[in-house]
This record gives sequence, structure tokens and C-alpha cells, in this order.
Amino acid sequence: MATKISILIVDDEASVRDSLYQWFIEDGYRVECAVSAKEALAKLEAEVFDIVLADIKMPGMDGLEMLRRIKSMETSPIVIVMTAFATVDTAVQALKDGAYDYITKPFDPDELSHLIRNACKQITLEAENEMLKEKVVSLENVEDLIGDSEVMRQLMQEIGSVAQSNASVIITGESGTGKELIARAIHANSPRKYFPLVIVHCGALTESLLESELFGHEKGAFTGAVYNRKGRFEMADCGTIFLDEIATIPPKMQIELLRVLETKSFVRVGGNKDICSDFRVICATNRDLKSMVDKGLFREDLYYRLNVININVPSLRDRTEDIPLLVDYFIKKYCLSMNKPLITVEPSALNRLEEFPFPGNIRELENMIERAIVIGDGKKIRLKDLPIGKELVSSSFESLEDIEKDHILSILNKYSWNITAAAKALKVDRVTLYNKIKKYQLSPEK
Amino acid sequence: MNPDKITLIAFGQIEKGFLETIARDVEQEFLMKVTITDGYLDLSKYFDSARRQYNANRLIETIEKDYAADTSKTVGLFTVDLYIDILTFIYGQAYLNGRSGIASMFRLRNERYGLSRNDALMLQRFTTEIIHELGHTFGLIHCHVPGCVMQASTYVEDIDQKEHQFCYHCKSLLNHRLNSRL
Repeated sequence: MATKISILIVDDEASVRDSLYQWFIEDGYRVECAVSAKEALAKLEAEVFDIVLADIKMPGMDGLEMLRRIKSMETSPIVIVMTAFATVDTAVQALKDGAYDYITKPFDPDELSHLIRNACKQITLEAENEMLKEKVVSLENVEDLIGDSEVMRQLMQEIGSVAQSNASVIITGESGTGKELIARAIHANSPRKYFPLVIVHCGALTESLLESELFGHEKGAFTGAVYNRKGRFEMADCGTIFLDEIATIPPKMQIELLRVLETKSFVRVGGNKDICSDFRVICATNRDLKSMVDKGLFREDLYYRLNVININVPSLRDRTEDIPLLVDYFIKKYCLSMNKPLITVEPSALNRLEEFPFPGNIRELENMIERAIVIGDGKKIRLKDLPIGKELVSSSFESLEDIEKDHILSILNKYSWNITAAAKALKVDRVTLYNKIKKYQLSPEK
Repeated sequence: MNPDKITLIAFGQIEKGFLETIARDVEQEFLMKVTITDGYLDLSKYFDSARRQYNANRLIETIEKDYAADTSKTVGLFTVDLYIDILTFIYGQAYLNGRSGIASMFRLRNERYGLSRNDALMLQRFTTEIIHELGHTFGLIHCHVPGCVMQASTYVEDIDQKEHQFCYHCKSLLNHRLNSRL
């Protein structure tokens, strides 16, 4: 572990506190003492400790009550209870209430060292476990980055070189193109890969929630702030923070964000202590940030601070040659997760997929394949399993206007140019329909 | 003021030859002048009749108050069984980055463990223990390098696994601290 293990000693007897303090200091731990359960709980609310070594018998609140309160905290340390009068009942009660172990005073030096070493081992294992879980998730998702097209090859090359630096990155691209995957790939290939990748979906949070989410809060900072809570910037220490939908951040938060990016330090909501964190920032948006800057909707200084490297993720329309690969990948993924045998895709269905414009990009394709596997015959994905209308596929329309013109004409023809009936079917008033007929120069002959 | 010597104070009957050998080894490790003196304490004041042991915390407080000086690192050498409230026994203790420490040879004797007397081994163990406590007074914490004198020892067998020399890392730290006092 990079940081020192911290121990809080809670005992009303000064000689016990001093002896343990001296003992653990010599072992290189960070040690603090509290004379009562009340003081210990206050210290635990103010800062994080890994291990609490607490006496059971203390005036006021006893060690067992304190143990129960510690265990109800959001992140509770390992608690070892000490007693000079061990009874089976108290020991069992302590273990039932979540104590890691109990020890009878006076201890054998080896017993104490052994106990603390085991507790440290558990702390290290838990931290490693969390880190590995994160890593597995990020690696699993990086595998989702599929494509052999020229644009994708370029993109992957770009990710490789960008990952090595510490510079801020803005990932732009249409919705559903896989911006989060790109962020994960950058993190997974960076020197920070063994540290957390913390993801914040800025668009999903209100201004006050976002502030508390990013910077954390102190207990009592607002209604419902029952515990101290680490913010996402704090969690991303040594790692990467990914701010999705950055364009939705309100102006006040933009100022705060700029300050944090410049100083790499911040204060928790309701707190007064500066907290430093070494993180790399990656943002994503499907909006044109530059034009938002021009319109005064996004701070220019923040834009330039974030936009050190810009990666544009191509839409699926720009890499249709990747569609067979992606289809194959999603078939494997969903057949496996649904416990179904691997199926294939009919050539006609694949052709149609390759022609489809996919406004929702890869996300839409993925959903389409998942649906086809669910409703299909379990052998092949057929044309009829795909929710793509024939007319859309065969359509050569480029613009919305073309589609609108064609649709209005087909409705007019359907109702034999009865303007009232056609307007009713189109759910517009007659004047609007007349204006459209005029605009598109439509006539019955046509 | 920076310390320029180490003072070993013998409380109780410790052979002169032993003390001289210890002083030589300590001097060799710390490259500082080592002086040996005799100390007189009424140890009955530190005796706990229930535990039949001597209170190490109070002994080190006395050393700190009555014997320690800023110009020296002082270690009280005892022949009695030491304890602190929370532990069944200790071989010695010191103030980390402080001026004083204590060490006892009581539990370092082979006879205590039903083995035949071995003065050379006992001397080796006592020297190791004293250098270990002195290491703490220079701010060194327990070390994980096998054989380093700063390794923690909870049993006498652990002490036998150690040399009375510092590992490379601890030696560098010690040298840094010794040089910074110049």
C-alpha cells in the first residue's frame, strides 16, 4: 500500500494509550488516540482510519456501543476490541456486531503484532480487490472497441499516443458512438491504469448534486449529508476522471471546475480543508462546445483548459465496413449472456444493416442485434427480425426535407388530394399543408 | 541541540567486560562516542507486585527526566523483567526520535528458557537490543529486511535471527540523520 496504515487507539487509560501509541509508531503506522468513544467517533467523522483498537469498558459510551455506531458508518474501519475482563459473552457480542477480532489485556507482543499484520493484510486485499474489479470492468469494456476500418485504425493509434500523456482530452461524437469506451481505452492504456477510472454522468445530476458528487461533502453540510463523503475528484486520485456530457455543466460549476483543474485541489461541500488529488481529466460531449463558447453558454477558459487534445469518434455511417464485425461481436456477446447457441446472420439482413443510416449509431445496432436474438428463431438473424422498415432501407434520401416532401406527397395521394383529410392524417392544419405543398411544389400529377 | 554522544547507564549488576564490549559495538554502528556510567534507582518503586514485573513506561520517564540530555542519546540498561500495561513483557523501548530508551537483559538469558547458560549469546542479544532501541531514538522505525537490527522482535529467537548491524536502507537513513546534526 502506498499510504501508511492508520490506527486509532481508543482507551480511557492514558498508560494504555501511550504504550500502544509508542508500539505502533515504532512499527511505522500513523497513530492517533482518543480518550473516549465520543472523541473517537468525532475523529472518525473528521478523517479516515484503517484500524480502530478500542477498549470495551470505558466511562460513558462503551466499546460495544461505539463498535455498533462505527459499523453503521458508510465506510467503517476494521475494529479490534480490547478487554481486561474477557468473557465469552462480550467477545461473541463484539464479533456479532462486526468486530474483526478481540484481544485480552495484557497482550502477548507477538499476538498483537500478528493481529495487526492480519488486519493490514485484509485492508490491502480489500483495496486490491476493489482495484482489480475496476480494472476488469475497464478491460472488459475496452474489448468492446471493435473495428477494422481506416478511421478506427487511426482512432486506435490516436488513443495509444494520447494515453501516454497527462493532458486533458475532449471526446466528441454523436450519441451512441462509444465515447465512454474511448475514455476507458485511454485510461486502460495509460500509466494510471492501476488506479481508478471514475465516471461522472454530468447530465444526470442537478447542480447541487453534481457539486457534492464531484467534491464530496462533510457531515451536516446539507439535509441528508449524514456522513462525510469523498467526492469523485478525491476518488480519482492517481487515476482518471471521466466527465460525460460536459456541456450540461451549469455556469457556476464551470467556474468551480476550472479552479479545480488549475489547482488540482478543492474543498468538500461544507468543509474548510483543502484536499489535493492527482487526476487526469477526460470529457465527452455530443454537442459543439466551440459554438457554445461563441454563444456564451460555455466558459471559454474552461474550454481551452479541457480541449488540449480533441478526439472525434466517427459515426457508424462513416465506418459501415465495420458493421459485419460489430454484428458478429454483438451476436457472440448476447448469445453468451443469454446462454444461447451462437447464431449467424442472413446475408440479406446483413446487407440491410450495412445500408441503414443508424442515427443512434453503435448503441442502436447493439440494441437491434439483442432484440433480433431474443425474438429470432435461434438459428439465424433474418430480415424480418430487424426493426428496419423496407422503405427506410431503400430510401436514398439525404435530408429531412426530402423525407418530409415524400411523406406529404404519399399522404396526399392516399387521400386523393383531399386537403382536409390529408391535413388531419398529418396532424397539421390546412394552412400548413398548403404552405408545404407550395414549398415543395407538389401537384397531383406528380 | 544535536547529540554528539551515546550514554549507556547500567542499573543493576552488569559485568564491566560486557558493558565495554557493548560500548565498542555501539560505537562502531553509530560512529559516535559512547560513555558508560552506573545509575542508581530504587527499582521497588517501579515494581508491580501483581505482575511481578517492572513498569517500563515509568522507568523510561525517569531516564528521560533525570538522566537524558539534548547532547546525548541515553539508554538505561536493566536486568529486571520489563512490562508495559498492554503487553505481557518487553525487551526494551525508546522514544521515537527522542533522547532516551531502555533495554533489559532479563528475558535474553538462555536459562530463562530452560537452556544452558550462554554468556556470549546473551551479550550478542543485549547488544542487538540496545542498538535497536538507539535506532528508534534516531527516528528509525521497524524494518522488514531480514537480519536488519531494526526488525521487530517479539521472541528471543527473533533477536537471534538479527545481526547488530543496520540494513542498507536503515543505514542510509541513520547516516542522513547523523550528518544532518553536523
